[in-house]
Amino acid sequence: MINSEENIIQKPKTPRSPQIKLHEQSLSRTMIFIVFGSLILITGYTLTHLDTAGVHVDEAFKGLAITLNQMFLQPNAGSDGVPLLLQALASTVMLSILTTIIGAVFGFLFAVLASKNLTNAYLGAGIRVAMAIVRAIPTIIWALIFSIVCGLGTTAAVLGLSFHSIAYLTKAYSESIEGIDKSTIESLKVTGAKFWVVVFQAIWPTIVASLVSWTFIRLEINFANAIAVGAAAGAGGIGYQLFVASGMSFDFHETGFIVYLVILVTFALEFIAVKIRQIYLNR
Amino acid sequence: MLEVKNLQKSYEKDRPALTDISFDIKPGTFVAIIGPSGAGKTTILRSLNQLIKDDDGQILLDGNDIRTANKTQLRKYRRQIGMVFQNYNLVERLTVIENVLHGRLGYKSTLAGVFGRYTQEEKEEAMSLLKKVGLEKFALKRCSELSGGQKQRVGIARSLIQHPKVILCDEPIASLDPASAQNVMELLKDLTEEYNLICIANLHQINMAKKYADQIIGIRKGRLVFDESADLLSEDILRTLYDQDITKELE
Amino acid sequence: MMQSPKKYLAHKGWHQTAVIALIGGIYVFGSWALNFNSVDGFIAVPKAFAWLGIYFRPTAHSMEYLPKIWQKLIQTVLLAISSTVVAAIVSIFVALLGSKVTGINSFVQTIVRGVASFFRNIPLVAWSMILLFSFKQSDFTGFLALLLMSIGYLIRAFMEIIEDEASETMLALKATGASYFQVIFQAVLPQILPSILSWILYMIENNVRDATLVGILTGTGIGFIFDIYYKSFRFDAAGMTVLAIIIVVIALETISNQIRRVIL
Ligand SMILES: Nc1ncnc2c1ncn2[C@@H]1O[C@H](COP(=O)(O)OP(=O)(O)OP(=O)(O)O)[C@@H](O)[C@H]1O
Ligand SMILES: [Mg+2]
Repeated sequence: MINSEENIIQKPKTPRSPQIKLHEQSLSRTMIFIVFGSLILITGYTLTHLDTAGVHVDEAFKGLAITLNQMFLQPNAGSDGVPLLLQALASTVMLSILTTIIGAVFGFLFAVLASKNLTNAYLGAGIRVAMAIVRAIPTIIWALIFSIVCGLGTTAAVLGLSFHSIAYLTKAYSESIEGIDKSTIESLKVTGAKFWVVVFQAIWPTIVASLVSWTFIRLEINFANAIAVGAAAGAGGIGYQLFVASGMSFDFHETGFIVYLVILVTFALEFIAVKIRQIYLNR
Repeated sequence: MLEVKNLQKSYEKDRPALTDISFDIKPGTFVAIIGPSGAGKTTILRSLNQLIKDDDGQILLDGNDIRTANKTQLRKYRRQIGMVFQNYNLVERLTVIENVLHGRLGYKSTLAGVFGRYTQEEKEEAMSLLKKVGLEKFALKRCSELSGGQKQRVGIARSLIQHPKVILCDEPIASLDPASAQNVMELLKDLTEEYNLICIANLHQINMAKKYADQIIGIRKGRLVFDESADLLSEDILRTLYDQDITKELE
Repeated sequence: MMQSPKKYLAHKGWHQTAVIALIGGIYVFGSWALNFNSVDGFIAVPKAFAWLGIYFRPTAHSMEYLPKIWQKLIQTVLLAISSTVVAAIVSIFVALLGSKVTGINSFVQTIVRGVASFFRNIPLVAWSMILLFSFKQSDFTGFLALLLMSIGYLIRAFMEIIEDEASETMLALKATGASYFQVIFQAVLPQILPSILSWILYMIENNVRDATLVGILTGTGIGFIFDIYYKSFRFDAAGMTVLAIIIVVIALETISNQIRRVIL
């Protein structure tokens, strides 16, 4: 067994000092404390004042269990049939890819113009503010707004999804660009290269891996948003089928089937993203 | 007294990382383990406090086998064995003194440890150890604000407050500039004598090993090829150890 | 892999052209398949903004909607916050169980990972609709939908934070003989707290936006009120709602950024 381990170091004989502090009051500690405290208080208040519309919560949970059981354990293609659902799924995937491409192209151009280390301060600040406003408006509202002008359909969905993508990718890309080492840019600038030459010869190769990562993250978001727009704006695709199955015909077996399809696609997208990122990182 | 007998370890089948390692170390000895990259130095060090579970052999600390200890006993052994890391492994967001006090956790009840309740004696000892490593002015600074050499000295203070019999250092100076490296090595050497410790350090700098260590252990491809007092380390041995001439290192 | 420089550059040029052609091809094919006309699309943008400028502009008359909008917006923010906080509390425990650093064993880790990504990938629309079916049109429905979605995201984020930031200190404290809970509370939690908070703030912002969608689908909060104005052609009021959303989201983002600057 273990013996007299306490006596290995002689305790130093220091005079009894007053209480030793372990840390000083720092702004960061106080801030964390305050933020967590307020969040908990707000949550407590909200949960105790939550309107449940007179629903018996325990019964509702029982109902939910039944629904989930139908969805996940007994999925089937329902009245729409597999071919129709697959077609709707394909069009939603296509929609998300298309809007990601638009978002990436415009996002990159705006990002270059908005990055602090590349352009003049006013243009940059202007773009950043505009993009912050565009980003603040949820995708679904963009889609609804455009559907008033262009009518309900693909164009409204494409524009609505693209707007948010552009704003999101502008921010993400320009953060990558701002992270570039100054010397990389300067070394080409001193050769007298033109602005866009510097962009495509120095900046692009340096950050291409991170651009690819962000673009695929956005693709996954766009897929989710495309479903949402299809459901809430009636813009078609698998989102609309999902909305009809779960909110109009209440066929939860079909809902489950659609959810499984969606999950399958997101897994596939994640897998492809990982593979392509590997290719770009290894080069 | 630390005795290691016939230690074996392989991470993958049929690819032994350690084969039949045996050595003894007396208290008050500063030991350097040297050998090429991938030789198994880290593996030896981490088996000594069972962060890595080895496959076979004996590790006797004052006659008690650490390898066969159960969970509670292992915690008691671990608190007698301090560890110093290449990357310091401090909680960067906490203050220097809080990090030093972490070395006392092994002695505390779970609840007192969870809430970070330390006694006045512990705090005083932490302060005096900080003085010893030359950091008493930094006690309330966040670790993220320290230099590498300072962080490493916090790590050493953290291991000392455990009242250890053994201190294990895995490449303690690999991330430090030459001056801080000298400083840390001298500190370790002095502490070994002062507290009659066993101090084992993995080193890549042979000149450092030769200068500070009392005993040198050479490892090559998981086998022990040298275990003598430091002044017996010769060019011949280094050549077999590293498969090439590195005479310059010895000067 | 020795190549002549000339060959390498030619290969690289060819590769770039191929990638651009592939993306362009996908774009053209996608437009065709979806029946999307790029030219019409681009023309629609200025038209839409001109239209917005005329009809969506809040007028003096739409001021009377403001109290109602404001009330719904506050309610939505409260829901976003409370669902995020509850999700964070659940997620931190699950993440501790499931991360490679602090996890129990590889079986539990695999289960946690699987469940988290399953939750994350179920569309918000599906959560909203099935919850609406059982819990009817109430705040609680919106709360649950946001909660379930957030849990999936936060578990993964927290696990990554733990694995990135706490593995080294975890090892050091283990080596001192500290027990599992001591290590968690003394090393892991203090180390990851700021990153955790940063993610919580991000999730709140995101949930305010998502709450709009949930609201449209389940008839709660700001989404519901926007939907009503929109469907009854009271566009000035709808514009007012959008303006209020913009202000609140940007305010939240600014506050979060300030907090992050102090704590990180
Ligand atoms: N977790 C692990 N899984 C599988 N193999 C490992 C693992 N850790 C180490 N090894 C292998 O065990 C051998 C010894 O590794 P070890 O880390 O002990 O070497 P080292 O002497 O500390 O090297 P270095 O000087 O580079 O730190 C190496 O061949 C290494 O590849
Ligand atoms: Mg090593």
